Amino acid sequence: MDSKNRFQEKFQKIFSEYTEVRKRIYATIPTASLREVVGFLFHDLTARFIIASGFDNGKEIEILYHFSFDSSGEIISLRVFLDRNKPEVDSLVPLFRGAFWIEREIWEFLGVNFREHPRLEKFLFSEDWPESYHPYQVPPDRTNRDPNAPPAQSKLKFD
Amino acid sequence: MEKKEVIVPIGPYHPLLEEPEFFKLFCEGEKVVGIDWIAGYNHRGIEKISEGKSYDQVPFLVERICGICSTSHPLAYVNAVENLVGLEIPERAKYIRTFIAEMERIHSHLLWVGLAGHFLGYNTVFMWAWKWREPTLDIMELVTGNRGNYGIMCPGGVRRDMSEEDFPFVQSKLDDIKTKVEMLTKAVLDDPVLLARLKGVGILTAQDIHNYGAVGPVARASGVAIDVRRDDPYAAYNMLDWEMVVVTEGDMLARAKVRLLEIFQSIKIVEQCMARLKEIKGDIVVKVREVPPGEGIGHAEAPRGECFHYVRSDGTNRPIRHKIRAPSYVCIPTFEKSVVGGQIADALICLAGVDPCYCCTERLSAVAENGKTLDGETLLRLSVEKTEALKAKGTPV
Repeated sequence: MDSKNRFQEKFQKIFSEYTEVRKRIYATIPTASLREVVGFLFHDLTARFIIASGFDNGKEIEILYHFSFDSSGEIISLRVFLDRNKPEVDSLVPLFRGAFWIEREIWEFLGVNFREHPRLEKFLFSEDWPESYHPYQVPPDRTNRDPNAPPAQSKLKFD
Repeated sequence: MEKKEVIVPIGPYHPLLEEPEFFKLFCEGEKVVGIDWIAGYNHRGIEKISEGKSYDQVPFLVERICGICSTSHPLAYVNAVENLVGLEIPERAKYIRTFIAEMERIHSHLLWVGLAGHFLGYNTVFMWAWKWREPTLDIMELVTGNRGNYGIMCPGGVRRDMSEEDFPFVQSKLDDIKTKVEMLTKAVLDDPVLLARLKGVGILTAQDIHNYGAVGPVARASGVAIDVRRDDPYAAYNMLDWEMVVVTEGDMLARAKVRLLEIFQSIKIVEQCMARLKEIKGDIVVKVREVPPGEGIGHAEAPRGECFHYVRSDGTNRPIRHKIRAPSYVCIPTFEKSVVGGQIADALICLAGVDPCYCCTERLSAVAENGKTLDGETLLRLSVEKTEALKAKGTPV
């Protein structure tokens, strides 16, 4: 059985959505089981961690963890949805070192708190960047924005 | 950190790095005991800018992410858009894409060999490699009109056709490059001093590669056989005859070997592309009328490793999310393994080992601790001195 089928069989009960298009697999999983799923993918199936990407869709914050099965050329993207008011998810750094920097980046850009991250500090932003301003978060007044309304003014203020 | 340690800064501006980045080397005497990476000095918000561009405009934007591998990002991006749309591009366009991507690999690897030589105090290698890199840029200029930022990729195909009239010129230049690179490869891999500087330095195991997610020549030098061109073929790679270069030692010498030997494979691919382009005629682009809502992932093997692009569409003419991961993002963290435990004199070549995009900004800021200052010149001097000392000793290997 190939890696993809093993993965699918083991976790199909927890997928709330599973699509496969042109060698790209997108699977939505509960936030609580992230570490278990990633641990199996990374250690048992030796999938390669490519990167994680965060996205604020206005209602929830999505994080996609992209892994590659290099033997078959397939890319599997695990999707978790986080609460916009308190975005929090387990860090993957205890599983592998490669997640260390991208989690810091997503924390800066989207304000997602990665639990148990050994050093959730500024990585790309300058030291005087305001703590509470996360540029990739959709501002609250724009989450249900009228598409014809003028763009909101930036609220970025430096000390 | 204990007080005994000296922090040797590399960056934020340093001749080794194209983009300003900052590495703090924590040293005890000559030994590097820790490293910290601080980035973001040149964060240009390209992912965000991309959300304001139409699908046709984005290739020009992502082309400007990197000046050296300027066709890899557009290629990964168009792969992502074509993955999203489900588009098959014309065969002729596939070969043109492959031609450009491989020519870029030749010039990028030659550039790396030159700079690696320079950092070891071997300026002859630097002069040679860069001299023989020139003809590759001439070929690019003839074929695309530009020596850098070729503007050739677009979703659905390529923007410019290639003319058969140019092929004799390209072939003559390639023949020339081939003989010269053969000579350079022999000279580099046989030189006892270079061997002493490169062998056993900055070793990365296959386990390290998996742990950090490193890609490209860095992974292939540690025996990890991954190459997007073979694993998930795009453009015309599955229709051509070529081999992936994999060596198992995992040291600096292995990384140099992989890059040098890949040049020959690239020349082989370019020659096959020209032969096929003489036979295959027809369109070079399929018009993309509409990008449906959805998401697409594309990747391409840049000279430094896998370029990864994720594009999400809401059905309008602009992406709503465009995630870009350049290969250096996952290769640079491997310094934690390759530099730590080694000597300061070896740090430069270890940093150069992943080929983290070089620059003309020849300035280095130095911070001294405990009255000891080690600036860029000192680092370069230390590295050159080590080579000279080895030379003086005779044949050290």
